[in-house]
Amino acid sequence: MSLLNVKNLSLSIGSFQILHDVSIDVLPGEIVAITGESGSGKSLTALAVMGLLPYGSVMKGSIWLEEKNILTTSEHDLCSMRGRAMGMVFQEPMTALNPVKTIGNQVAETIIIHERVTKFEANKRAADMLQRVGLTVDPSRYPHELSGGQRQRVVIAMAIALRPKLLIADEPTTALDVTTQARILELLKDLVADFDMGLLIITHDLAVVAEIADKIVVMQNGCIVEAAKTQELLHNIRHPYTKALFNASTHRVILPKYIPSSPLLSVESVARTYNLPRKSVFGSRPKFQALDGVSFHISQGERVGLVGESGCGKSTLTRAILGLEEVQRGQIMLDGQSVFSQKKPNLEVRRKMQVVFQDPYGSFNPRHRVDRLIAEPLHVLENTPIGKDRDLAISKALEDVGLSAVDSKKYIHEFSGGQRQRIAIARALIIEPELIIFDEAVSALDVSVRAQVLDLIADLCRKRPLAYLFISHDLSVVRTVTDRVMVMQLGQIIEQGQTEQVFSNPQHTYTQSLIAAAPTLPEVTYAIETV
Amino acid sequence: MIRYTLGRLLSLIISLVIASLVIFSVIEVIPGDPASFMLGINAREDTLAALRSEMGLDQPLVVRYFDWVIGLLQGDFGNSWTYKTPVSELISDRIWVSLPLAIYALILSTLIAFPAGILAASRRGGASDVTIMGATQMGVAIPNFWFAMIMVLIFAIHLRWFSAGGFPGWSNPLQGIKSLTLPAISLALPQAAILARIMRSSLLDMLSEDFIRTARAKGLTRGQALWRHAVRNALIPVLTIIGLQFSFLLAGGIIIEQIFFLPGLGRLIFQAISARDLIVVESVVMLLVFTVIIVNFAVDIAYAAVDPRLRIKA
Repeated sequence: MSLLNVKNLSLSIGSFQILHDVSIDVLPGEIVAITGESGSGKSLTALAVMGLLPYGSVMKGSIWLEEKNILTTSEHDLCSMRGRAMGMVFQEPMTALNPVKTIGNQVAETIIIHERVTKFEANKRAADMLQRVGLTVDPSRYPHELSGGQRQRVVIAMAIALRPKLLIADEPTTALDVTTQARILELLKDLVADFDMGLLIITHDLAVVAEIADKIVVMQNGCIVEAAKTQELLHNIRHPYTKALFNASTHRVILPKYIPSSPLLSVESVARTYNLPRKSVFGSRPKFQALDGVSFHISQGERVGLVGESGCGKSTLTRAILGLEEVQRGQIMLDGQSVFSQKKPNLEVRRKMQVVFQDPYGSFNPRHRVDRLIAEPLHVLENTPIGKDRDLAISKALEDVGLSAVDSKKYIHEFSGGQRQRIAIARALIIEPELIIFDEAVSALDVSVRAQVLDLIADLCRKRPLAYLFISHDLSVVRTVTDRVMVMQLGQIIEQGQTEQVFSNPQHTYTQSLIAAAPTLPEVTYAIETV
Repeated sequence: MIRYTLGRLLSLIISLVIASLVIFSVIEVIPGDPASFMLGINAREDTLAALRSEMGLDQPLVVRYFDWVIGLLQGDFGNSWTYKTPVSELISDRIWVSLPLAIYALILSTLIAFPAGILAASRRGGASDVTIMGATQMGVAIPNFWFAMIMVLIFAIHLRWFSAGGFPGWSNPLQGIKSLTLPAISLALPQAAILARIMRSSLLDMLSEDFIRTARAKGLTRGQALWRHAVRNALIPVLTIIGLQFSFLLAGGIIIEQIFFLPGLGRLIFQAISARDLIVVESVVMLLVFTVIIVNFAVDIAYAAVDPRLRIKA
C-alpha cells in the first residue's frame, strides 16, 4: 500500500492554473524524484502535500498520506501531522534556520511541540538526532557558526526528529558544493533505508535524480509528462520533453580551435589575506589566506576554466582581476598594464575587460531600461559614443546575443532568466572587451536555457577571438566551454592543464575527489517512436 | 559577549570625550560674554574683569576644559550664573521629574505598541490590522500637545480624575505618579504609533523569511511560528527606535512640561538659554548627551542579547 498517494491533483491560485491532474505514488522506503525546470510546479506539489500552499490556493483531487486526505484535513490536524507524520527539507540551508536560536534548540522544538516531554529529554533526543545525521558540532552552536553542509544536516535532523513516514526534500543539495552534495545525498539514502521512510525529492539536477531515485516523475508546466521506475525511464525515454531535458543536461558545445597566441592576462604570485575578528580581547587577529601565491596566464582568445568549492578563493580572485580589490602581494597585468593603480581600478585596463555575474535577477537596476543598462560600460571608453553611434552599439550588442534592437526600450522585468543573462552578456560585449570573466554565469539557469547560453558563448567565440575566464562549480559545464582548466583549493591553484586531460586523468587527489563526487548522468536510450 | 561589551564600552567612552569637546567648544564660540551680559552694558571694565576672573573666564581654554570635565566627574557642575545656586542642585531637582516621566512614557508606549504591532502583523489585511494601522496613522500625525490638551479637557476638567498640572513631588509616590500620568500618556501616544508601525513591518519582514516556513513545516501553527521565531528577530529595528525615543522623551517634552506646569529639564534648559546661563546649558546638554550615549550602549547590549550573530563582531 502506498504511503503517499497524490491523485489527480489540480491547483490554481487566482486565475492561474498551476497544476493539472498530478498523480504521484510514494511507497515506504522508496525514493521518488520530481524533476523539471523552474515553473514546472514541482515545489508547489511538495508544498501541497505539506498543506503549506500560499493563501488563496484552490485545489481539486486528493492527497492521501496513509489514511488521511490532506485536502480535507483541518489546519489544526495538519499542524500535528507536520513534523510528525511528514517532514520537509528546504533548498537554502543558509536561511532555513532561525539565526537567533541554537541548533539543538531548533531540533528539540520539533519534539517539544508534538510530544509531552521534558525540555531535558527533548534536548537529549535532539543531540542524538544531530549525531545521527553526522553532525559533530555541539548543539549549543548557532546556525551562523556552521557551514552550508552542516546547516543542511541540522535542517534534516529537524525534519526527521520524530521519524516521520514521509520526508520531502525540495532541492536539498542545490546550494551545496559537489562533495558536500554527495555526502548529503548519501545521508538521505541511508536515512530512508534505516527509517523505512518514503522520500519525495525535488530537484532540477538530472544527474542527482538518476543517482538517488527509485522512481522519476518529470513535470512540465504543471503536468506530469512522464513517470516511471528510474532504470525503465533511463532506458526508454518516451516524452520529447524528457528527452530534451536529458539532451540539454549533457549539452556539449563545439568551440572553434584555439590557436596559441600572445599572452593577455598575467597573474603573478598573487596573495590576499583577510583579518578575522579577534578570538580574545587582546589577542592578535587571526588571518584568513584567501589567495596564496596564485599564478597563471590567459592568452588572447583562450578559454580558461576555474573550478573549486565555495570558500576556495574564486570570488576573491575575480575581484582582484577586476581591480575591485587590492592584493597584498603579486601583480595582475592585462596587456602589460596593472589592473590596479593608485588605490583604484585602472580604467585603461577596464576598457578591455568585462564581467558577467551569476544572478540574472539581482545584477540589473530594475528602474533603468535595457538600453541604459547595457550602455553603462561605454562610460569607461575614452570616446563614449553618443546619439546614433550609441544606439548602433546597443542594437549590435543585442543582436550579437540573439535579441533584437527593439528590446532596448523594455525594462528588465519583462525578460526571462535566460534572456536576462543574454542581456548581461550584451552589456559585457558592448565595449568589445578582450577578456570576459564569467562568474558562475550559467549556474542559476535551467538546463535548456543554460544550453542556449553556452551555445551563444561558443557562437561568439566563432565570430571573433574572445578570451574568457569561466568560473563555475559545475564541472560538466566547464568541461565543454574551456580549453584549459585550473582547480583551486584553499586559495591555491593545485592543478591546471588542458581541460580534457585534467578531467580524464586528474593528478591531484583533490581534483580526483571533486570529479568523483560530481554526479554524472548515465547513458540513456530513447524510445523508438521519438527518435 | 564579554568582548563585545568591552568593545561597546570603549566606544562609549570615546563618544563621551568627543561629545564633551564639541559641547565645550560650541559654547565657547557662541558670541556674547556672559560676564558683560550679567552686569549689563554699563558695567565698569574692572568690575567685569573681576567677575571674569571669579567665573574663571580669564583662564586658558585648555585649563577651563579640564576644570570643567574634572568638575563633572566629581558631580560639581559649577554655579548657575543667574540662579546663583549649584547647577547640580538645579538639575537634580528637575531630573526627578523628567527621568520618571520619560521612563513612564516609554513603558506606556511599549505596552501599547508591542501588542498592537504583533496583532496587526498576525492579522495582516484583516479588520484589526486596518483598524490598528488607521489609528497609528492618526497617532503619528497628531502632535502630542494636542493629545495633552484634549486629555486635560476630559480627565482633569470634566471628569476631575487628575489635576490639570503641577507636580507635588515624590513625598507621596502615588500622587507623583498620578500627576505624571496625563503627561506620560500624551508623550507616549505618538511614540507608540510609530513603534507599532515599526513592529508590524519588521514582523511582516520576518514572517516571509525561510525559517518561518521551516518552522511551519515542523508543525508549528501560524501563531506559534510568529511568537517563537519571528518576534525576537523582529526586535532589532524596534530596539533602535526605542533607544531614539527615550532620548527624545527625556529632553523633548518641553511643550508637555509647559502645558502641565512640570518643573522638568526641558523648561530648565529653555530658561537657561534665554538667560544666557551658559554653564547651565552646558551641563544640561552634557547630561543629555551622556544619557543618550548610555541608552545607546544599553541598546547595543540588547542587540547582542537578541542576536547571537552580533556577539562575535567587535
